[in-house]
Amino acid sequence: MTQLLLFNVTNGLIIGAFYVLMALGLSLILNLSNVINFAHGGFLVVGGYIAYTITPYVGFWGALAIAPLATAAIGLVLERTMVRPLYGRDPLYSLLLTFGLAFVLEDGTRFIWGAQGKPVTVPAVLSQPLSNELFFVTGYRLFMVATVAVVVGLLFVLLRHTRMGMRIRAGTLDLETVASLGINIGKLRTMNFAVGIFLAGLSGVLAAGQLGLEPTMGTGLLMPSFIAIIVGGVGSLTGTLLGGLLIGVASGITAVFLPAGSEAVMYVMMALVLLIRPRGLLGEEGMMT
Amino acid sequence: MSPERRRKAIILVAIWAALLLAPFWMAPLGGYTALGTRVLVLGLAAMSVNFLLGFTGVLSFGHAAYFGLGAYGAGFALKFLAPSTPLALVCGTLLGGIAGALLGALIARRRGVYFAMVTIAFGQVFYYIAFQWSSVTGGDDGLRGFARQPIDLGIATIDILSSANAFYYFVLFCAALAIGAMGFILRSPFGRTMIAIRENERRARFLGIPVDRHIWIAFTLSCFFMAFAGALYALVNNFADPRGLHYSQSGDFVMMAVMGGMRSFWGPLLGAVVFVVLQDYLSSITINWMSFIGVLFMAIVLFFPRGLLGFIRSTVKA
Repeated sequence: MTQLLLFNVTNGLIIGAFYVLMALGLSLILNLSNVINFAHGGFLVVGGYIAYTITPYVGFWGALAIAPLATAAIGLVLERTMVRPLYGRDPLYSLLLTFGLAFVLEDGTRFIWGAQGKPVTVPAVLSQPLSNELFFVTGYRLFMVATVAVVVGLLFVLLRHTRMGMRIRAGTLDLETVASLGINIGKLRTMNFAVGIFLAGLSGVLAAGQLGLEPTMGTGLLMPSFIAIIVGGVGSLTGTLLGGLLIGVASGITAVFLPAGSEAVMYVMMALVLLIRPRGLLGEEGMMT
Repeated sequence: MSPERRRKAIILVAIWAALLLAPFWMAPLGGYTALGTRVLVLGLAAMSVNFLLGFTGVLSFGHAAYFGLGAYGAGFALKFLAPSTPLALVCGTLLGGIAGALLGALIARRRGVYFAMVTIAFGQVFYYIAFQWSSVTGGDDGLRGFARQPIDLGIATIDILSSANAFYYFVLFCAALAIGAMGFILRSPFGRTMIAIRENERRARFLGIPVDRHIWIAFTLSCFFMAFAGALYALVNNFADPRGLHYSQSGDFVMMAVMGGMRSFWGPLLGAVVFVVLQDYLSSITINWMSFIGVLFMAIVLFFPRGLLGFIRSTVKA
């Protein structure tokens, strides 16, 4: 029993770490540009498939480095051409646009790579279990969590200690003032969008090693990220981090006692947060109205 | 009668004439009556989404949940309560509408993209319940084992089960009731207040309008209409599908509303016609129909924010 619980908590943490990576990208874009990026799942899948395609040439490690960048480049182009014209309009339009984009990305991957799922092999170094007792902690899962930790660390450094990061944080609070201080917010939003999509692409590469690849996988992974943001509190990246880990662990623990409810428990948590503390655990007052 | 009102009256007569004669003009154009029935029900659902989106200005991305609850409610009534079509419609409408009223109280304080986000997340709760609780809902297979029943009027019985045309007219009658009610509400002082909130929420608040309460009521009404459409949809298919509650279904309704024109009363119906017919046609010739619909939708969002009807209107006026 203890081992089962340990297994599920570890599992939950690993899945939670994964949600965090996804949700941070969404959260970045949402905070600065007020866009709910419905296509985030689509970008994740694109990242995974790019990695799948280039692995034979550059190896797993090369793919891990290149695929997220390539995905970010696609995101950058799409932001410039399609999302940017909508910033002046009601924020609902950009949400609608990304919803259409999600259709096209999912169908595009199906068109290029086929509807059949693709297995992805990870390097042998990473696929070994660590020990007999802890059979469920494979090197790959540990590697996933470590990667997420490093990337999240880097992201926070970027946001706190670089000029661009500080501008992004300032823009989250008051974009108009940032603009009037002579900062090109169009460019800032584009860069910010690209960083968010980079995180989606990276999630895709990591997910591919764990789950394999399927064109429809993005949709299923999008919703937990939404919940992570709502639970953690809109406007707070630390909140998103906490929210992602919390719902991961909660669904891991629920899986022990009530397997059918492991997915539903996230929604229950969200409902509770909205009832008791509508701004989310670490959210700023007024960010979510 | 002013020219403006006369023009409106002519358009209204044309719409209802087209709807009433649909079984006769659809067949020569390559359609079939059942397709018309489906368009009508989905169009009613899209109009219900638009009741909130186009006239109160808040976007619910989780309305499929109430649509699906309506379908399950109708299915349960037919399967377990009594073999009566009107009873099924009432039960379905109540189930979805009451759920909407309860959740709406939690949701109505949010605005903009957060409103959309919270509605999606709550909608997914119902999807998971329908999907996981298989002993009651049939799980992945959906709720089966019920069928719509002939309507007994006392003097005559209308066989809506086997006659496609009779069923179309039954659905049209139901849809007309709902559409009439929707139009009536929008013309009432309450409806005007909804539009005032859409146009300028802060000013409405300054005028002493309880904005959150109005949004809650508008949300609830829209859920009742949605659940009614869902109950009709269960009768169309004799089946309730858990995927009917999924947020991608909500997305379809929003797409219909936006494609048709979200500021106009009839736009979503036009959107439903375009969406369903296009989907029906494209999926028969290509497996990549999603791309076509996605690109068309993105083009409309980017270039014709008022939708097809808005585009037609501006060309007619110009």
